[in-house]
Amino acid sequence: MSDTNLQKARARKERMLGSEAIIRSLEAEDVTICWGIPGGAILPLYDAFMAIDHTIEHVLVRHEQGAGHMAQGYARATGKVGVCIATSGPGATNLVTPIADAFLDSTPLVAITGQVPTHLIGTDAFQEADITGIVMPIVKHSFLVQKAEDIPKAIHEAFHIASTGRPGPVLVDIPKDLQLTEIDFEYVDTIDLVGYSAEFPRELEGVEAAADLIAHSRKPVLYVGGGVINGEASDDLILLAEALQVPVTTTLLAKGAFPDSHPLSVQMPGMHGSKYANWTIHRSDLLITVGARFDDRVTGKLDAFAPGAKIIHFDIDPAEVSKNRFADVSLVGELRTTLPALRDAVIARKDNAARVEAQGEWLRDVQSWKRDNPFRYKRGEKLKPQYVVEAFDKALKGKDAIWVTGVGQHQMWAAQFLSIDGPRRWLTSGGLGTMGFGVPAAIGAQQGCPDAYVVNFDGDGCFQMTMQELATARCYDVPAIHAVMNNGWLGMVRQWQELFHGERYSETNLFGTIPDFVQLAEAYGVLALRAETEAEVDAVVAEAIAARRPTVIDFRIDHEEKVYPMVPAGAASHEMIDQAWDNEWVEEGV
Amino acid sequence: MATPGHHTLSVLVENKPGVLSRVSGLFSRRGFNIDSLAVGPTERADRSVITIRVDCTRHSVEQVVKQLDKLIDVIRVLEVHPDMAIERELLLIKVQADATHRLEIMRMAEVFNARVVDAGADSLLLECVEHPDRLAALEELLAPYTIVEAVRTGRVAMTRASVANDEGRAPLRILG
Ligand SMILES: Cc1ncc(C[n+]2csc(CCOP(=O)(O)OP(=O)(O)O)c2C)c(N)n1
Ligand SMILES: [Mg+2]
Repeated sequence: MSDTNLQKARARKERMLGSEAIIRSLEAEDVTICWGIPGGAILPLYDAFMAIDHTIEHVLVRHEQGAGHMAQGYARATGKVGVCIATSGPGATNLVTPIADAFLDSTPLVAITGQVPTHLIGTDAFQEADITGIVMPIVKHSFLVQKAEDIPKAIHEAFHIASTGRPGPVLVDIPKDLQLTEIDFEYVDTIDLVGYSAEFPRELEGVEAAADLIAHSRKPVLYVGGGVINGEASDDLILLAEALQVPVTTTLLAKGAFPDSHPLSVQMPGMHGSKYANWTIHRSDLLITVGARFDDRVTGKLDAFAPGAKIIHFDIDPAEVSKNRFADVSLVGELRTTLPALRDAVIARKDNAARVEAQGEWLRDVQSWKRDNPFRYKRGEKLKPQYVVEAFDKALKGKDAIWVTGVGQHQMWAAQFLSIDGPRRWLTSGGLGTMGFGVPAAIGAQQGCPDAYVVNFDGDGCFQMTMQELATARCYDVPAIHAVMNNGWLGMVRQWQELFHGERYSETNLFGTIPDFVQLAEAYGVLALRAETEAEVDAVVAEAIAARRPTVIDFRIDHEEKVYPMVPAGAASHEMIDQAWDNEWVEEGV
Repeated sequence: MATPGHHTLSVLVENKPGVLSRVSGLFSRRGFNIDSLAVGPTERADRSVITIRVDCTRHSVEQVVKQLDKLIDVIRVLEVHPDMAIERELLLIKVQADATHRLEIMRMAEVFNARVVDAGADSLLLECVEHPDRLAALEELLAPYTIVEAVRTGRVAMTRASVANDEGRAPLRILG
């Protein structure tokens, strides 16, 4: 909350409706934009949006899932809390997917839902759904407001909880009658949550122990997760990595937290990560884990993951420490505090130069694996998706670009072939893997960063899950580019069927049922382009970037292209298969 | 004695709507089975204590404690170690007791500090507040007489006065 908005809110001691109090509370929390759709139980709030003067832009979406993902895209691109609004019942249940997505990817999100009037709660009233009950396992916290006077407090606490500590989604459910009740508005900025504290002890136990482990390690690696982005600690991470002179691997969620172009970067580990990242982790004797959570898509078979490594674990969430993998040393707290503390401790050591020297051979090994095993693809007669990704990457080099994706093969190609050097410039649904995230998240990100170039690499399957939001893009003139990697298949599933299910392509072929995306986009009144050859790709990429208007591009790509390398599910993370050139298990023999 | 694998957690919570489902929901969502759960008011009107008995590994209990601690309405989680705490549970049990067995049953009840709280023509209703292990023993002894109905409250626990300090809620071991 900025001081001025807070002061304004404090000074405001008028009588007003609960619905107006919601708006005043959002203003006090510095909300300038929110996404939603009205309906019966939230009507009073929408009425207040029109009835009173305020400073919040409401974006009317076409499906509440879109509202949620737009709020997420906005939150992840800007670091602010995203706000979405829905009515009771079906409006609220449509928010469930984005809430779960925000929970797994630790995105600060406040969802405000209307609820049936208090006297009808529990009666199976029209459009009644127990939304606080439904979302209980997927929120950081939720409120079912019981008294109109509690509205400002609930909203204030919701923002506090969503944005501090490990961020996450908070739902505030407000019965309709409370929105229509007059209250004395009073915005109290104190937080009265005895069971919640986002403060961390200042004494940093563990720093010296971590520095010891580093001093004794021969093969250390920084294993970096999305917590670095949420913790705004990219600069501290770079300083630490450079002081340590160790390789840095960034998970799917952490892409951009450490520059892909940095010589110490070994990029993404895990199922479709780089060989050199997985090999580095596998061979390492010390994982310096930073804001990462040993997710199964990273570790593969857990007991074969980094088998010879000791673990240092930095996290803001104590529950992540030793959850999946025992941590020899842990530092719980804000990364902006703990990372510099470790750096200071390391460089203070007399023998630090000797350590760097001793670990130099390891670093050189890692860098040679990196040199010799880049992500690659074979160009062919048909258009390859990786070419499309590279074309955008080149075209936007040096510009402020935000990259968004759906979920599937296209997501992995984008992760592999984009080079991203800053945080909050890569937005993908990692934990939940939500198809349909791309279009709305790109819109929200663009609305939060109007000057950036936003490109959504989507799949033809994903696109069809939320493409109705093109209407929203058109309506608010949101110039994000939606690059549909059209392979006519639920490609990622097809890949598994091809490799692990005897080529039985059960229900993954979309051919013949795919609408003409160009016609479709035209119907929505947005710029519609298509490319089937590399030359056409170069042309449409340039045209789309120059257009600065909502754009859909139908890229007709080779449907046989697969994502490699790959760690098959259940395998150890260094046991990667590669199309390489013969489709066999690639020896780990480096 | 607690068998290895059994853990008693004492969860101090804010008395807010839904807090019990948040706490119990967390157990099912994370795949832990609750053996028993007792909830009740404390010396403060705005706080309750939920006493939960789980059967799981040490690693799991540490996990569940950390996850519980993350719930906003949870103020503190203690693992109660049996040798440093008093654990009690209430049993109500209705046993078939005709004239020939009545005295026998009442004597047995006495040994367990159980009281006869109601009597019918051919059954007795006993009440017993004891350590849960003792309740189990009593139930076992009564089984041959045919137990018509039995209900237990689930255990509650409190650290011994001799080791208590602040507010009488000495953390024997604070996890998470
Ligand atoms: C909502 C949802 N439903 C199902 C899935 C399972 N799934 C993962 S990837 C995928 C296929 C995605 O197809 P498409 O968008 O065409 O992307 P491609 O893999 O072809 O690039 C499916 C069905 C999912 N992740 N999310
Ligand atoms: Mg596809």
